Amino acid sequence: MRFLLALAFVLLGSAAMAQSLQDLLQADPEAVSNPSRRTVGEVLDQLVDSGLPEVPQFLERWQGKEVWQRASDGLFFYAEEDGEGHVLYDITSGEEVGRAGPRDIKAIKPNAGVRGVIGSALIEFQLTDPDPVRRQAALAAIADDPAPEHLEPLRASIAAEEEPSIRVRKERLERLLSASFEDDREARIAAIGDLGSDITVEARAVLNRMLASEPQVAASVPADANLAHAMTPGSAELPREAAYAMLVDAGLAAPLVTDNEVRDALVAAIQDGKVGDMAVAMLGTDEARHVAYDALALRDGLPPRVTEAEMEAALDSHAFWQGYVEPDQGITQAAERALASAETRVGVYKTADVALDAVSLASIYFLAAIGLAITFGVMGVINMAHGEFIMMGAYTGYVVQTLVPDYTLSLILALPLAFIVTFAAGVVMERLVIRHLAHRPLETLLATFGISIALQQIAKNIFGTQARPLTSPAWLDGAWVVNDVLGIAYIRIAIFVLALLFLGLLLFILKRTRLGLEVRAVTQNPGMAASMGIDPDRIAMMTFGLGSGIAGIAGVAIGLYAKVTSEMGSDYIVQSFMTVVVGGVGNVWGTLAGASLIGILQKGIEWFNPSNTLAAQTYMILFIIAFIQFRPRGIVAMKGRAAGA
Amino acid sequence: MSTLLEVDSISVSFDGFRAINNLSLTVPDTGLRAIIGPNGAGKTTFMDVVTGKTRPDSGRVLWGDGAMNLVGLSESRIARLGLGRKFQRPTVFEAQSVAENLDMALRNPRNPFRVLFAKRTPEDRTRVEAIAEEIGLVSHLGRRAGELSHGQKQWLEIGMLLAQDPRLLLVDEPAAGMTVGEREHTTDLLGRAAKTRAVVVVEHDMEFVRRLDCRVTVLHEGRVLAEGSLDHVTSDQDVIDVYLGR
Amino acid sequence: MTATPIALRPRFTLAGNPSVLWALLVLAIFTLGVTVLAEGVGAGVISTSFVKTLGKTLCLCLAAVAMDVVWGYCGILSLGHMAFFGIGGYAIGQWLMTARTTDIVAQNLAGQPLPPTPRELEQAVASQIFGVVGAEDFPWIWAFSDSLALQLLMVVLVPGLLAGLFGWLAFRSRVTGVYLSILTQGMTLALSLWLFQNDSGLRGNNGLSGLQNIPGLDQWGQDAISIGFFWASALALALGYLLFAWLTSGRRGAVIRAIRDDEARVRFLGYGVEGTKLLVFTLTAVVAAIAGALYYPQAGIINPGEVAPLASIYLAVWVAIGGRGRLYGAALGAALVSLMSSWFTGGGAPDIPLGVYTIRWTDWWTVLLGLTFVAVTLLAPKGLGGLFDLVPRRANRQGDWGPDDGAWRSEEGQP
Repeated sequence: MRFLLALAFVLLGSAAMAQSLQDLLQADPEAVSNPSRRTVGEVLDQLVDSGLPEVPQFLERWQGKEVWQRASDGLFFYAEEDGEGHVLYDITSGEEVGRAGPRDIKAIKPNAGVRGVIGSALIEFQLTDPDPVRRQAALAAIADDPAPEHLEPLRASIAAEEEPSIRVRKERLERLLSASFEDDREARIAAIGDLGSDITVEARAVLNRMLASEPQVAASVPADANLAHAMTPGSAELPREAAYAMLVDAGLAAPLVTDNEVRDALVAAIQDGKVGDMAVAMLGTDEARHVAYDALALRDGLPPRVTEAEMEAALDSHAFWQGYVEPDQGITQAAERALASAETRVGVYKTADVALDAVSLASIYFLAAIGLAITFGVMGVINMAHGEFIMMGAYTGYVVQTLVPDYTLSLILALPLAFIVTFAAGVVMERLVIRHLAHRPLETLLATFGISIALQQIAKNIFGTQARPLTSPAWLDGAWVVNDVLGIAYIRIAIFVLALLFLGLLLFILKRTRLGLEVRAVTQNPGMAASMGIDPDRIAMMTFGLGSGIAGIAGVAIGLYAKVTSEMGSDYIVQSFMTVVVGGVGNVWGTLAGASLIGILQKGIEWFNPSNTLAAQTYMILFIIAFIQFRPRGIVAMKGRAAGA
Repeated sequence: MSTLLEVDSISVSFDGFRAINNLSLTVPDTGLRAIIGPNGAGKTTFMDVVTGKTRPDSGRVLWGDGAMNLVGLSESRIARLGLGRKFQRPTVFEAQSVAENLDMALRNPRNPFRVLFAKRTPEDRTRVEAIAEEIGLVSHLGRRAGELSHGQKQWLEIGMLLAQDPRLLLVDEPAAGMTVGEREHTTDLLGRAAKTRAVVVVEHDMEFVRRLDCRVTVLHEGRVLAEGSLDHVTSDQDVIDVYLGR
Repeated sequence: MTATPIALRPRFTLAGNPSVLWALLVLAIFTLGVTVLAEGVGAGVISTSFVKTLGKTLCLCLAAVAMDVVWGYCGILSLGHMAFFGIGGYAIGQWLMTARTTDIVAQNLAGQPLPPTPRELEQAVASQIFGVVGAEDFPWIWAFSDSLALQLLMVVLVPGLLAGLFGWLAFRSRVTGVYLSILTQGMTLALSLWLFQNDSGLRGNNGLSGLQNIPGLDQWGQDAISIGFFWASALALALGYLLFAWLTSGRRGAVIRAIRDDEARVRFLGYGVEGTKLLVFTLTAVVAAIAGALYYPQAGIINPGEVAPLASIYLAVWVAIGGRGRLYGAALGAALVSLMSSWFTGGGAPDIPLGVYTIRWTDWWTVLLGLTFVAVTLLAPKGLGGLFDLVPRRANRQGDWGPDDGAWRSEEGQP
């Protein structure tokens, strides 16, 4: 009940003290000055039982090799080096009590094992330390290196914990320790069961540690083995060679003579261009080498080759299994159940996490593609330079940031500025090039490609080839973390909000303004629109400017979380095309659907094959090509006679 | 006269708009037939359905003696069965010569590999010339089709139809944009073609239909309103109300 | 038969196609001229590396001619033909690399006390080739790499099947125009991304290298080998040119061009548009692959970057600058632009000092090319080939007037 006493001393102060610390230590000075793991426990018990307020400090210094013993009287002091000698301080009051020469005192240096035991005792004090930082440090120390003896003090310290966050942490750690170290088997199994609802990496690590297993082999599975599962030699889990190697390691079979060993033995036996009675030149096949080796083995007493049949027989006559390190089957079963339950929960959160990722990727694709979709829908024009407009937007952001050092302000300036710059570029391009290629979409595609490579190279010439940073303001750093599995960066949330904003804005422009009405009219029937006094050239120019302007804003958004390079546009252009093609042209909702499908698909494939994003993109494109088979005009296709024209 | 084409209660709708509503119609294997109706009556959609461009929501299109259902067949398959179509807008291959346009349309094997290794036989050339004679373009054979006048393009397209040697000719507004002289020529062409095959002319120009002097079907809102001689249908009260009355 | 219009020729003859004859004559003179002047076998005016550059250029011309047929004649703007070109290179590269490495490894192992077993040899070769991507065995995709005949078959078969499958899927769902272009670009991107992966088995972004060493021909030296490949490239270009001149002549050519200008109308004439397009797409893909198989032994190295969508777009650019719809235009465009590109980017062109700024062509060539391309598209849609129209000729010209007059396809790209 020493922790209760410790608790009492924290709460009540040092009022009930009878004995000084020095007296206590002098009861058995040998145990303090020259402690061993065996003896130190008793001293620690006494110290803790004493409830003296200076005990924690003493333990800390004892552990830190800062306690000195005076040779003359065996008293203990703290000391501080001062010139030739040391200044001594009293271990209770901390006051200076004199000086000592270099030979008068001796430092007490407990070995690592003892220091560990002292540390454990110390943690009991730290867990109840009035300073929350020290309490947290103690909890971190326990989490790093959990030990059975931490369980009781930890459990005792929970009731008095007033800091809610630390209390939660203590309770979690208590469950983990209880599941690992509880003496009572039933209680431990119950504690393990509780971990099933805990999805932290920590808890799953504890369970996995309990379920640690090793491959084992014997003539048959012993009755007392805690079997995880049996293994069959020749399966993917246990190839025949590995199984046989286990037999060899366990001394149950003769080692294989590998092909390399055969070769080395033959090489060693070469005499006059012959091995035995076979010419070296004949030993160019495995069969010949085996024959030669077998003869050599008989003659020189080398280990004989293990034949296939012998190997087969050895494998057949033994049992292979994965056995738990933990002998108690009840514990491992409980841990397995808990782990399965935890994994299910993790799966749910992971799905949610992937969904969030997919939504944020979809937002980016939406922003990148919507401008393209508008120009394609209204004018039937694919703008290959769209990616370069994204790049121009991002570089605009970069230039603004070099001029305006405040990140928040520069971002606020960069967004409209990027829109203006790319809007202007789009209008210029429409007037100079695209207008003159009306009704020739393939030529337009190629001409805009010419503009694309020129713009890309110009950017390279101005800004160089290395990536330029576009730093997000501090309030966009960091991430919204729900738990160990689920979390999303603020910057991605911001991009999502931006995408929503633009979705709303575009819907407003297209459905509620005069421009939108005219744009829709031109999309649906250009000839009729023109005859009703709508100037299709003006509409084309405005549309192109709008589409390009949005690309510029998308560029700033993308630049915030990815790199700004002259080639960044080409990274997004194909995906943007795919988004438009999959979604169906001429419709904001179509682009939204296309972007969502592609975002979800890409993240989904990456989830199944996380190591390989290249493969994910490959599969995604193949899927899109297949998808077009079923919906050649996209998800949201226009129907009717207009679609067939 | 036996029935060549039987359209059996087809319906087509676009986004809820019923372009053709339970339309039934038969075409005999020779002779001229005119289909008239105001804009939006479903004339072009009817041709789209018959030629395989548009698939009807319901109904059958039966063809020939074997009463083969054309619904679901590809355009090229239907064309190979002997169904030729002339579009409203003259669509000839403007980048190629008149002779090449006609040669391509000649009734020859259409399998891609047969086309790949096809040779132009003397018979082919004779046919091309004969058709050029018929449509009055014999002196233009070497010119590119894009250089022809509007009326000449219309004739070239009719010539291409004749070269296909179809059993049924579907002609969409052949007289649009033609001068009076050209119209007469066109009427003669169609009349001669109708002696050996079925010709269906879709038209909304009453004057031209009168010139054709044939049985007339009036379409309105995707269904047959009246059928008979032009005089008969023009005296029909319904027809007067919806069409002629305007 | 006096009235027989000359506009219909019964069959393809060289005499009936003077432009083909001229093109082949120019090619023959060029080939002989280069041979006479080459370092290895002739006067030594042209260095071996430049012979290789010229040989590679001929291969690019062949790819451009194929591109012209599929785009300029059939109207399919494929942004994937350089991918087929690359596949051809990879297929032949697999054999070259395996055979060459086997020779080297066999030489190394010959010094050992025991002659190597076949398995030892194979493992040594495999670890030599695939060590860079951390693999030690031959991937399945290299199953035929020890046989030249099979690998040559792969040059034709793999791109043929890929183009056939892709084309069948795309054409049967009637994807046309810009949509189709984007889809071919997607296919190209997927292929290059797949090649970039280490575990696709083609050495990831290392690509295949050392392809200029032809196993069994070491005693010839690069001088002679370069001339050999130059001749092979010239021959392939000549044969390809003839093949495509034949394909685009007569009724079949008329049908192909008609598909470009109005495929719906061709359907109503009863022709199977999808089949014809598939045939042209696949045939040109195979020819592009053959061009690639000749190109990469001269280049010496192939990596996935060469298969990227950009390369295919450049191919279209060459054809457009040269003038599409005529075979010699495409070849001319490819030769001129690719040679100029290597001259400008290789530092051959002198810098232009402007006082405050010096125009270095290594930096500004791409800008010039891009803007030139825009200008050509806008102002001279017939490209360089259009210059030949200025040459007076007999009035009764047969065949194609090119897609630019009369081929306004307003329906294309419309929703």
